[in-house]
Amino acid sequence: MKSVQTVEGRAIPFGQKNVDTDVIIAAKWLKTISREGLGQGAFESIRAQEGNIFDDPEYAGASILIAGDNFGCGSSREHAAWALDDMGIKAIIAPSFSDIFSGNAFKNGLLAIALPQEAIDRLMEVAKTEPITIDMESMSVTTPFQDRFSFEMDPFRHQCLMEGLDEIDLTMAKSDAIERHEKNTDSAMHWLKPAAA
Amino acid sequence: MTEPKTLYQKIWDAHVVDQRDDGTALIYIDRHLVHEVTSPQAFEGLRKAGRKVRRPDLTLAVPDHNLPTTARLDSQGNKVPIADPQSAAQLEALEANAPAFGIRYIGASDINQGIVHVIGPEQGFTLPGTTLVCGDSHTAAHGALGALAFGIGTSEVEHVLATQTLQLTRSKSMEIRVDGELGPGISPKDLILHIIGVIGTAGGTGHVIEYRGKVFETMSIEGRLTVSNMSIEAGARAGLIAPDQATFDYLKGRPMSPKGADWDAALAYWKTLVSDEGARFDTSVTINAADVAPTVTWGTSPEDVVPVNGNVPAPDSYADPSKQDAARKSLTYMGLEPGQAMRDVAVENIFIGSCTNSRIEDLRAAAGILDGRKKADNVKWAIVVPGSGLVKAQAEAEGLDRIFTDAGFEWREPGCSACLGMNPDKVPPGERCASTSNRNFVGRQGPGARTHLMSPAMAAAAAVTGRLTDVRELTR
Repeated sequence: MKSVQTVEGRAIPFGQKNVDTDVIIAAKWLKTISREGLGQGAFESIRAQEGNIFDDPEYAGASILIAGDNFGCGSSREHAAWALDDMGIKAIIAPSFSDIFSGNAFKNGLLAIALPQEAIDRLMEVAKTEPITIDMESMSVTTPFQDRFSFEMDPFRHQCLMEGLDEIDLTMAKSDAIERHEKNTDSAMHWLKPAAA
Repeated sequence: MTEPKTLYQKIWDAHVVDQRDDGTALIYIDRHLVHEVTSPQAFEGLRKAGRKVRRPDLTLAVPDHNLPTTARLDSQGNKVPIADPQSAAQLEALEANAPAFGIRYIGASDINQGIVHVIGPEQGFTLPGTTLVCGDSHTAAHGALGALAFGIGTSEVEHVLATQTLQLTRSKSMEIRVDGELGPGISPKDLILHIIGVIGTAGGTGHVIEYRGKVFETMSIEGRLTVSNMSIEAGARAGLIAPDQATFDYLKGRPMSPKGADWDAALAYWKTLVSDEGARFDTSVTINAADVAPTVTWGTSPEDVVPVNGNVPAPDSYADPSKQDAARKSLTYMGLEPGQAMRDVAVENIFIGSCTNSRIEDLRAAAGILDGRKKADNVKWAIVVPGSGLVKAQAEAEGLDRIFTDAGFEWREPGCSACLGMNPDKVPPGERCASTSNRNFVGRQGPGARTHLMSPAMAAAAAVTGRLTDVRELTR
């Protein structure tokens, strides 16, 4: 994973609630066997509408997306995170995220920042004209108008993102503990091994 | 005295491999189901890093999402080629990756093939007290058997393949208690749609739901699978129902269930898998079973539910301005007017299937309504897609396929089908579908498709009348 210290740039004041992963990337884009190139399918049903916010030149090159409650609900497709990443989004700020989406975002170095609705309302306003800064070290979101909103993050995820750690490598370093668990269950719960069909 | 524990906590505690000071834990995964859509990038990741699958014996692969539901073999017994080259490539990738990494694979024309969440329980791969994951959000279904089961993304699929573990933070616990009895003609699907309407699609976010109370104790395993399946539509990554005699009876003798002394040891352990008296839940919700009506969705979120005898809500009736806005957009997409009676809504398509409602009981319920009847003339397309080859064979042995085909339905091969607009089964733009699936999102069943979620019996009733219908009017 690449390390993430700060994200700075224009933000798309999208604001919609309950954005599901079918809206972020429709099923027809899921037939790929690669992680690349999904940005062209991102928010397809919204982008089909004239004057949509994603194609507004004001927000061209934006690196942050501001959304409403329950962002990324629905399907577990990691393609949603890949599509956002591919369209240049590095952070999403919303009042809440679905559990699976926030995990998928994390695995791809995409920041899922949860802030209260009042902060979201303010950032939506600022984003219309000004850039926004997310600082991982101080865990805060700031604006050129001296707004400052602190956020929380799971300490493990925070460390992985800051240091760009590979999670599989971290876990493999604990293979002794994994082996111990397997040995214990194999004797105490032999039934756990699936019967050969 | 030890602190009383919830069922969730018991399963969690039994799987902690390593506890970190910051509250996250490395959790062992006992079962991993793999399908073609969310796995190719994970296998590619393993290959690039030169890693193996740690426990291929705990992993089971099957194609379902992309697979056309038309005949898989021609009259000579040869494989029918898949027309869409991207789908074909994805299916071939799984067919090659499974043996390359030593994973058990159930192929497209094997009678045991089916939707991952149907075959897991059916094969006895899903067991009480296990941790089970799959790169699919409806993995929540397996909680019906008392397994801690949840959907994961592709990076997590890769992590489980490589290490048989996941790094997780413990969720909060939510109890949904339903006492009383469901009325005649009211199914588990009506109940879960009603629950989602009460708590909302974000109601269970950050929680594992345990369904408790008399209604679940007397519910069949198939019904429990339907309820737990849609925990994700209520925002919860997992649902749980404590295993009981019905669970044990269901699992006994299944191909991958424990045998002999292993069965006895498993049974003794499974009987301890209940939330202790006095165990504390972070959130509790109580639902009265008598309040549940035959339920349908009107909008584009699974929380947009209404009794079938009700009306389309007016967007102004919501206090929250963003909900008003969402309702307006939904009604435009769905082509509905505020105040319109749901029973006046005509449907052109009927889909009976999906991991929510494609088990034998679902097909029996639908066939019970369709027996001796025909679909209405305005219904252009009606399909039944059994959840697995074994469900299909059972239904055929009971003569259900004839009831469906006589009524004007197409009888298909197992797969995810029209639930998700990925394979050739799609609802045309602007047309409505009475669907037994789980999501009514914009474009879910195909671009512009308008989905009304409901139970199998309700979908069958809609087929007969050509409009949304209270199934109780057709029960004999």
